Amino acid sequence: MANMKIERQAMPVQDPAVRCHNFEEVAQGYTKEQALAEASRCLHCKNKPCVGKCPVAVDIPAFIEKITEEDFEGAYQIIQKSSSLPAVCGRVCPQETQCESRCVRGVKGEPVAIGRLERFVADWHNAQSSVETASLPSNGHKVAVIGSGPAGLTCAGDLARLGYAVTVFEALHVAGGVLMYGIPEFRLPKAIVQREIDGLKAMGVRIETDMVIGKVLTIDELMEQGFEAVFIGSGAGLPRFMNIPGESLCGVYSANEFLTRINLMKAYRADSQTPIQHAKRVAVVGGGNVAMDAARCAKRLGADEVYIVYRRSEAELPARREEVEHAKEEGIVFKLLNNPVRILDDGSGNVGGMQCLKMELGEPDASGRRRPVPVEGSEFVLDVDAVIMAIGTSPNPLITSTTEGLETYRWGGIVAEEATGKTSRLGVFAGGDAVTGAATVILAMGAGKTAAKAIDFYIQKTKA
Amino acid sequence: MFRIIHKTVLNPTVTQMEIEAPLIARKAQPGQFIILRVDEEGERIPLTIADYNRVAGTVTIIFQIVGATTERLNHLQEGDCLQDFVGPLGKATELEGLKKVAVVGGGVGCAIAYPVAKRLHELGACVHSIVGFRNRDLVILEDRFAAVSDRLCMRTDDGSYGQKGLVTDALRELIESGEQYDEVIAIGPLVMMKFVCQLTKQYGIKTVVSMNPIMIDGTGMCGGCRLTVGGKTRFACVDGPDFDGHAVDFDEAMARSAMYKPFERKAYEEACHLFEQAQ
Repeated sequence: MANMKIERQAMPVQDPAVRCHNFEEVAQGYTKEQALAEASRCLHCKNKPCVGKCPVAVDIPAFIEKITEEDFEGAYQIIQKSSSLPAVCGRVCPQETQCESRCVRGVKGEPVAIGRLERFVADWHNAQSSVETASLPSNGHKVAVIGSGPAGLTCAGDLARLGYAVTVFEALHVAGGVLMYGIPEFRLPKAIVQREIDGLKAMGVRIETDMVIGKVLTIDELMEQGFEAVFIGSGAGLPRFMNIPGESLCGVYSANEFLTRINLMKAYRADSQTPIQHAKRVAVVGGGNVAMDAARCAKRLGADEVYIVYRRSEAELPARREEVEHAKEEGIVFKLLNNPVRILDDGSGNVGGMQCLKMELGEPDASGRRRPVPVEGSEFVLDVDAVIMAIGTSPNPLITSTTEGLETYRWGGIVAEEATGKTSRLGVFAGGDAVTGAATVILAMGAGKTAAKAIDFYIQKTKA
Repeated sequence: MFRIIHKTVLNPTVTQMEIEAPLIARKAQPGQFIILRVDEEGERIPLTIADYNRVAGTVTIIFQIVGATTERLNHLQEGDCLQDFVGPLGKATELEGLKKVAVVGGGVGCAIAYPVAKRLHELGACVHSIVGFRNRDLVILEDRFAAVSDRLCMRTDDGSYGQKGLVTDALRELIESGEQYDEVIAIGPLVMMKFVCQLTKQYGIKTVVSMNPIMIDGTGMCGGCRLTVGGKTRFACVDGPDFDGHAVDFDEAMARSAMYKPFERKAYEEACHLFEQAQ
């Protein structure tokens, strides 16, 4: 008999007053008792609506059933069949708009906390076992994967399991892409990402860091070297700016720069060789997960006041609900319906404030959200000494500009078939943010998975 | 890991290293740069490629010891390895078709100006090299410049070597003596490039500068290296490092390059202190 409690098990978290001064993980994970209690809330619906909303189609009721049987390893094995990064997804997936949004328990109460259960299972597995060295039978075919973010890692993992010799090329000095440079330690500990990467290496995946494909080698050269197919999972790493006056003042960062300094280069540590401004009053422009991450990092670096400046209202915030709640608990101030128009110079080339305009919501625009329109004469100056622009990113042109015949959209995304990841070049596949523009970890993983299948099909058909 | 094949001390503050990096050596062109990390905890710093040897598979860098990272780098010896060495990044300097060029180098910027002069010479252009240093002890690459230049003007701030004066003075004299340049290529401290550009603008001579701002990834990801060129935001790492000097906002670039000065000074002192203790 299912546990019919309306509320889900609360996630144990670090006290906001404490955590806003450290970079340790905020959400601490379910205990075994909590996991069992939460798992027993699942009704095991026959038609599994949750699975249909999972981009990688994890068999959710089946893994939850294993939890109720206290067979946590069994639960892990079920998740792993569909997802190569369960410990990551359990933490950063937007479950409330995916699997949990379809949970029948959500109709009259809170949906089953699927993400938290996934995390519990993955953490349990990781605590019990060291990285296995599974030597897989080789099928003698070579595939190159460009980019070691969620799309690339998933594609590499799936292909390695099929026996392919996979080499992943990463531009930075560590693998993991946005999981390493973007998402902060307090939301996704880097040791967890590293463990997933070590797992891939143990499966025989080669990871070559410091390789900027498009510069040191082109896709054509990779194919000449004997790679029979190439998957491009190079992400959307190019930061956008607003193109308002004052954006080049010292103290204005792209969220990418701010987060890279902190996460990849560990600038939050006192002994780090990479500098960062420890600003006192910070405005973060944007309303997505990246904006929340940047704001919460700024707070942890010692800022007294951190503002989220967003031109629409709370309902339109693209960030995950949980991230918004966590940010609020940590004292981040939400300046909604405000739009920056100019960043002011303090007289010596540093940020001395940000001039904003109040907005109101008008008719829905192309995105279906109500368009923000400026309120006449509502200008005011926000007193800040640093500004972080978190208004989105677009795909990097380094690869597309050096690969002849690779079609792109005008905004820079690679044209790829949704069902296969096939691009306009034979043997070249693409997926993740490089194709869709900035989206989520799980969608990128889904695309990596789809492409792995298509690459296998392509090689078996044409080269076998 | 990237092995140091040769290390040469060019002057008390400038060192040259030849690094084993065959893939980069195969592709490198004048004007492009690399990013390196000395060790596992190191910061990423960009350095322009000073030379390359496609046969030996090596890339040469020349750096001035100005901070903690270059201090650490300078403590490595032949046979030691660098943790990371990434490149070739940025766009190559456009040199095809130029007939007569003044190459202006200032201080350690000469390390970057030299491969440009060399390539121009190989392409058959007439090269006038104007190189400037603070004093005699800091002069580097004189012989190499001489070998690839149709004319070499040496200037020092204090007159201890060559003629006393600034590179801008030398350039003005050449222009006023009737030398007609297709282009001036200026590489050195921001303030030098700014004044070279002010001068050449008066004479309407196209001038290309090589920008070396603060950078992290070098692939367009962080935007930290952005500068304003002709009113537009450009990223030095992917759109440059070469830009039309007459369009660059040098004052902004100078302010941005000083952003972390206090941190850098402190880190440098700490690094020096550590090495002193170790001795």
